Amino acid sequence: MADLPYRIVIGLEVHVQLLTRTKLFCGCRTDFGQPPNSATCPVCIGMPGVLPVMNRRAFDLALKAATALNCELVSFTKWDRKNYYYPDLPKNYQISQYDLPFSKDGWLDIQPAGGPRRIGIIRVHLEEDAGKSLHDESGGGGSSRVDLNRTGTPLLEIVSQPDMAAPEEARAYVEELRLLLRELEISDCEMQEGSLRCDANVNIHIPQSDGSFLATPLIEVKNLNSIRGIERALKYEADRQYDEFQKKFGKDWRAQGQPKAFERLHRVVDKIEEAKDGRWKEVAKATAGWDDARGVTNVQRRKEEAADYRYFPEPDLVPVLVDDDWRAQVREGLGELPAAQRGRLQAQYGLAPYDAGVLAAQGRAFVAYFEALAKDCDDANEAKNWLTNDVLQTLHERKLGIREFALTTAALAELIREVKATGLNKQRAREVYAEMLASGTTAKQAVGKLGIQVVADEGQLLAIIRKAIEANPKAVADFKKGKVKAADAIKGAVMRETKGQAKAELLQQLLMQELQKA
Amino acid sequence: MIHLTAHEQLAALRTGATTAEALAQQHLDAIRRLEPKLQAFLHVDETTVLEQARSVDAKRQRGEPLGALAGLPVAIKDVLCTAGRPTTCGSKMLQHFKPPYDAHVVERLRQADAVLLGKTNLDEFAMGSSTENSAYQVTRNPWDLERIPGGSSGGSAAAVAACEAPLALGTDTGGSIRQPAALCGVVGLKPTYGRVSRFGLVAYGSSLDQIGPFARTVADAALLLEVIAGHDRRDTTCVERPVPAYTQTVEQPVAPLTVGVAQEHFAAGLDAEVEQSVREALKVYQQLGATIKDVSLPHSQYAVATYYLVATAEASSNLARYDGVHYGHRAAKFDNLIDMYCKSRGEGFGAEVKRRIMLGTYALSSGYYDAYYLKALKVRRLIKDDFDRAFAGCDVVLGPTSPTPAFKIGEKADDPLTMYLSDIYTIGGNLAGITGISIPCGFTRSGLPIGMQLQAPPFEEEKLLRVARMYERATDWHTRRPLP
Repeated sequence: MADLPYRIVIGLEVHVQLLTRTKLFCGCRTDFGQPPNSATCPVCIGMPGVLPVMNRRAFDLALKAATALNCELVSFTKWDRKNYYYPDLPKNYQISQYDLPFSKDGWLDIQPAGGPRRIGIIRVHLEEDAGKSLHDESGGGGSSRVDLNRTGTPLLEIVSQPDMAAPEEARAYVEELRLLLRELEISDCEMQEGSLRCDANVNIHIPQSDGSFLATPLIEVKNLNSIRGIERALKYEADRQYDEFQKKFGKDWRAQGQPKAFERLHRVVDKIEEAKDGRWKEVAKATAGWDDARGVTNVQRRKEEAADYRYFPEPDLVPVLVDDDWRAQVREGLGELPAAQRGRLQAQYGLAPYDAGVLAAQGRAFVAYFEALAKDCDDANEAKNWLTNDVLQTLHERKLGIREFALTTAALAELIREVKATGLNKQRAREVYAEMLASGTTAKQAVGKLGIQVVADEGQLLAIIRKAIEANPKAVADFKKGKVKAADAIKGAVMRETKGQAKAELLQQLLMQELQKA
Repeated sequence: MIHLTAHEQLAALRTGATTAEALAQQHLDAIRRLEPKLQAFLHVDETTVLEQARSVDAKRQRGEPLGALAGLPVAIKDVLCTAGRPTTCGSKMLQHFKPPYDAHVVERLRQADAVLLGKTNLDEFAMGSSTENSAYQVTRNPWDLERIPGGSSGGSAAAVAACEAPLALGTDTGGSIRQPAALCGVVGLKPTYGRVSRFGLVAYGSSLDQIGPFARTVADAALLLEVIAGHDRRDTTCVERPVPAYTQTVEQPVAPLTVGVAQEHFAAGLDAEVEQSVREALKVYQQLGATIKDVSLPHSQYAVATYYLVATAEASSNLARYDGVHYGHRAAKFDNLIDMYCKSRGEGFGAEVKRRIMLGTYALSSGYYDAYYLKALKVRRLIKDDFDRAFAGCDVVLGPTSPTPAFKIGEKADDPLTMYLSDIYTIGGNLAGITGISIPCGFTRSGLPIGMQLQAPPFEEEKLLRVARMYERATDWHTRRPLP
């Protein structure tokens, strides 16, 4: 990022649907794909006289998420009404949390390519989801329809500090958040299905000739439907803001005599600074929609004033009191979180940070498989190699989870041991692996079935090597000149002769020895 | 038979002196006779009333166990949901609305084998003190047909006073049970907030609304309260706390008894005859051995202002759902979504409801929230503290229920502020969440009933009823009936 002429400042608001069986304030089902308006009742439809009753399971999951995000869980929290009119919000207010969210001040450690970063979490709160409006987009002016199945689904809102300094970090943040919430079975975090929704607040800070930085007005980018989309949208939007600034004010705005238009924009930014001081308020900002197909953001409107939602305490729900026992219960239920797991995998198995990250990113079941395999074959490094290369590829191709993987850790460990014992090269070993998957045989049986007979006799191998050296004088000459790679040609010839069954280590050792002599 | 108390009617049913069907028919006859003048009911379906009554009679004949109100007709304020039956809230907005569920209190009535007699008139969405704000009709005071019955539960109060029903349910957000009870010369009790489930009560001011009984005697009010009180999982603000057997203890006098009197309850604007009757009532308690003690409720002067911020703020949000999208009135013609909202709500709501929605919206708006809504919440707390301090030194606080007897129809219709003041003595009880009862304590020279209010600490309904019954037994105001 160092070569960009500006700094990027990104904060994310992530909404995730909780994996509860029923809605936040009534007993309706939350699963997808039911006929429109079938998963509804008088409470979530907002009929007269009905009252909400809090789903304790949803609150538990919310506490779990906040604890995993290192947030402070407050002991007294209440519900508030956020008032606005929309046809898919049947009460015309949303039950949410305003000034006393159940948790605040946490963080999430992320692992972007540029090195580990800690991203602050301002708050996590619980609210009910709205329904879906289905508009006639044919242009024929048909009537709009409303599906209230989603209305009242528990939604967790996770608001980060504006701590991300690159689109890659925003991506890494969402990936890490998704891993964490999936691992804890808090949410399935499917962006396509809308169970994870992300809005990004972004602006850029442009260095000025006097050494100060100038901030562009904040833009809220919406409609981010994929992890890749988040990164692309933020890259695009940062560049767009820079271009817009350049077009309007040139390289150095001070030289332009502080145009009035910019002063106005700057006042908007001042409001955001206020919010950073810990006072939570809606800030005036413009909204932009991300068009994934065209790869552009469309700035929709610039609000001079923040919307007035007329928040006030929800009188139909009693406040929730969270005591130490409840907190402890939640903490006990967490288990090992991905960040801790990565550290342990490095310390316990001597894995590189990158490899530990790849394993942890696959989830708890995969890590458990790895640990069992490492134990069974007594070689963590080989276990890691097989899993992160071959097994992951298999799972990906067959769209399986590790729980559905056909080979037990014992079977795969046998293969690893067999390869080591016989010196089978990687290519043949992969054939054995494929055969095991195809026929369900053991490693030994697969080796037999494929007719593999490793040439491990020193005399026999030596004879083949000498013949190959004689047949490849150019390669030998190149090798002598210091081209170590030239030895590969001779090795290839030996492999062809042995049908790839030369014991790899022995071949390497004998070949080097003979080349020195040649 | 219809002039008997609920207890007496139940006794007649038990002994076989009458049947539920006959009793229902007598009440239906009274309704037919009186309604053209009184207009207390919005909906009465004679067929279903008689069906319910016959079914109770059949149960009794089969010797099955019967509920506490078996065969007794009960009228219901039309802001309480009745499954499959009209529930209009006195509003054009819900003219054709039939909820698919019963309110919790209606379920309780059914379980008690009561006969649901019909739905009574009210100020639209329970907003008002005269029942003149109903979109449908003006209910008359049975003691003087030129006068209002009070409100917002005016239909229930008038129906019980005129013996169209022995018992009725009302709701009280700022005095809407106690004030019409006083103006119609009947007993009306507002329970502690959280004593009765609000499930199925169409919300006005959610933190203030409470459902309670109308009756012609204290013991009858105790009977109905006993049936409707108690925990309901569907209302988390409803407290899980045992319900005392009010009917078993209501005849027991409280001794020693200290009756608190607040000077603030005898403020400017209090009618001289009302004041005199209330002061006479104090003497009655003194004669019954009670100690009379001055107490102070210094913040009560802010109660009306506080109420009209808290209640309207909640109402502005509670009534947002009536937008013509999902149910209720939708304008026939509109240009777009916003226009549909505006026209549907413009046509569906009456003037007082619109006034309160605007007041509440304003009070919650950015920039005004701290000065109005937030300050109101703080004053509400001070009002509650006043009552806590007062009750530390007395069992009940006694005062007038309403500053004046029933006023003339139309008299205050154009002056909402004067109208709001008729709840000046009852509103504090809602803000503090305590319980209060209005019982008859006299008549004006022109023959209008006067009511006094007794208030007690939260969940002290049992004591409140006993204290009220002490006075009732010593006087005969409650035995007088209007002659419509």
